[in-house]
Amino acid sequence: MKTHPSIELYREMLRIRRVEERIAELYPEQEIRCPVHLCIGQEGVAVGVSANLKPQDYVLSGHRSHGHYLARGGNLKAMMAELWGKVTGCCQGKGGSMHLIDLSVGFLASTPIVASTIPIAVGAALGSVMKNEDRVTVVYFGEAATEEGTFHEAANYAVLKKLPVVFVCENNLYSVYSPLEVRQPPERSLVELARGHGMESHWEDGNDVLAVKRLSEHAIDHARAGKGPSLLEFSTYRWYEHCGPNLDNHIGYRTEEEFLTWKKTCPLLKLRESLLAEGICAEPDLSLIEEDLKAEIDDAVRFAKESPFGEEDLAYQHIYAT
Amino acid sequence: MTRELKYFQAIREALDLSLEQDPSVYLMGLGVPDPKGIFGTTLGLQEKYGPERVMDMPTAENGMTGVALGSAIAGMRPVMVHQRLDFALLAVEQIVNQAAKWHYMFAGKSSVPMVIRLVIGRGWGQGPQHSQSLQSWFAHVPGLKVVMPATPYDAKGLMLSSIRDDNPVIFLEHRWLHNMFGAVPEGDYEVPIGRAHVIREGRDVTIAAVSHMVVEALQASKMLAEVGIEAEVVDVRTLRPLDTETIAASVRKTRRILVADTDWKTGGFSAEIVSWVCENQFDILKTAPRRVALSDCPVPTSQVLANPCYPRPVDIARQVCEMVGQSTADIQVPVESSGIPLDIPDASFAGPF
Repeated sequence: MKTHPSIELYREMLRIRRVEERIAELYPEQEIRCPVHLCIGQEGVAVGVSANLKPQDYVLSGHRSHGHYLARGGNLKAMMAELWGKVTGCCQGKGGSMHLIDLSVGFLASTPIVASTIPIAVGAALGSVMKNEDRVTVVYFGEAATEEGTFHEAANYAVLKKLPVVFVCENNLYSVYSPLEVRQPPERSLVELARGHGMESHWEDGNDVLAVKRLSEHAIDHARAGKGPSLLEFSTYRWYEHCGPNLDNHIGYRTEEEFLTWKKTCPLLKLRESLLAEGICAEPDLSLIEEDLKAEIDDAVRFAKESPFGEEDLAYQHIYAT
Repeated sequence: MTRELKYFQAIREALDLSLEQDPSVYLMGLGVPDPKGIFGTTLGLQEKYGPERVMDMPTAENGMTGVALGSAIAGMRPVMVHQRLDFALLAVEQIVNQAAKWHYMFAGKSSVPMVIRLVIGRGWGQGPQHSQSLQSWFAHVPGLKVVMPATPYDAKGLMLSSIRDDNPVIFLEHRWLHNMFGAVPEGDYEVPIGRAHVIREGRDVTIAAVSHMVVEALQASKMLAEVGIEAEVVDVRTLRPLDTETIAASVRKTRRILVADTDWKTGGFSAEIVSWVCENQFDILKTAPRRVALSDCPVPTSQVLANPCYPRPVDIARQVCEMVGQSTADIQVPVESSGIPLDIPDASFAGPF
């Protein structure tokens, strides 16, 4: 198998894609009995950003966090078991899809209240500064989170204290079914808004994983050097419904044409074409990756399905730390 | 050695000791290092420990609660303070959705050692938005601990316990307690969270009181003693986890209970205690439980309108008389407490808070 940084990026994006597709495929079995917010179409951001992180760095996210967790190296089996509500899950079944954690790779948390993990990420960065640790904290959120007051409160404080945080905004144009134009004024850019808070801020095509990687490398280095926070806005698009395993272009809040236009900019497709065109790898190499991933995902699903549920008493554990 | 200290001084000692002992402890809140020092509770601490550990903050209650939480999961022990509980309502999202559930929803992998100090206002025109005593909201939520020390001794001991606890602790301070004196040992000691305290023994009735109502209940007990009724006063101290054993033991003895709370009656914490006693000790009660609480209206600003909203010790005493079947006519308000305006904690207070 050839090795090349771009092949790795492709493999990571494909892994997220195939995991999400498998979840969608199995969801009708009604064994995954929790909300799932699939990130198919948005894989480029998580993978491009994660490629620049060091082992000690922290990552937090929101409700659509599978990709962020997996790209950071979060344990796949523990995530799948969590979706199945099993005791072997990363939260022993107490969290489900919207509450992922893997402290072994610095994935501190994902929780679904919009924007709520943004100040928590800033606090984690404050904690690492207070403890003199060399850590950068990355927090992912959607563009709707920037409508929340707490985003601005957190941004203000991160700039005030020059904290090593990178705010990563995935702008996928919709907050559930509500389009951007009913939520934010069209003439105002998020990048300008972040600059208004006094931080460095840039926009990039979120479906171009190499561009994401380049830009986020700059922001992460900037934070690590003690130069303060940055906000990166990445345009991208969620292919599936807000919550659940289906496409939903027929229900009326967006059009099939819009979806197809975005689908053409698929982050995997773009990289795959350039990998082949530039001779970095060939079709058989990509087939090998597919086979590997299929085996890994089969194994994770088997693990999730075969794992036991927690004893009922587990519901009454962990209410308080002792 | 034990000295007489004011409640605010007791809190300051606990904070000072914690900052000295544990480098992960830090203080944060709007006004923490200002010349007033949160009613004196943080005075001098920034000079001693520096601006990195004793810090002011932006006026952003929810965001900054998230910041404190984030630092806690990264290994720090923040002590956050809000000068009135009412401002902290902006932070309920972080407190209830995140801090309270963090340890649970991540199956014990991460925890939030964090103290949130909330000050309850009263009198001198505190009005509708500076006087709320919403302990029942917080005590309602699994994952939070809620303490309301009434004495300087407990204020220091519970603060030390709260800071060392690995959970989010809501620490409620009644503004009228800050300047009260009490015996406080020097050095390190803890008052355990989750333990009530029989502050006055008696045989005829149990008065379970929280926060400043403990002071009022003790005053009521004196009036009652004058007419031959011996009230046992249980200082609840911790609302969650509630020490039902101590309350139950007292009720087994007196077979009567009155709950005195600083909050409204409807849906208030007084209802929780009465419910528990009714569910578990109904058969031994000689008479229906009673509650003395804040009138069910927002507290108005004008003293003339606000004064009747607050129960007084005499109200507790009269209720107890009725419970034991004795005439209320003999209850006398002590001379030393008559003549002081009702909207201030003591005669020396000249406003504003």
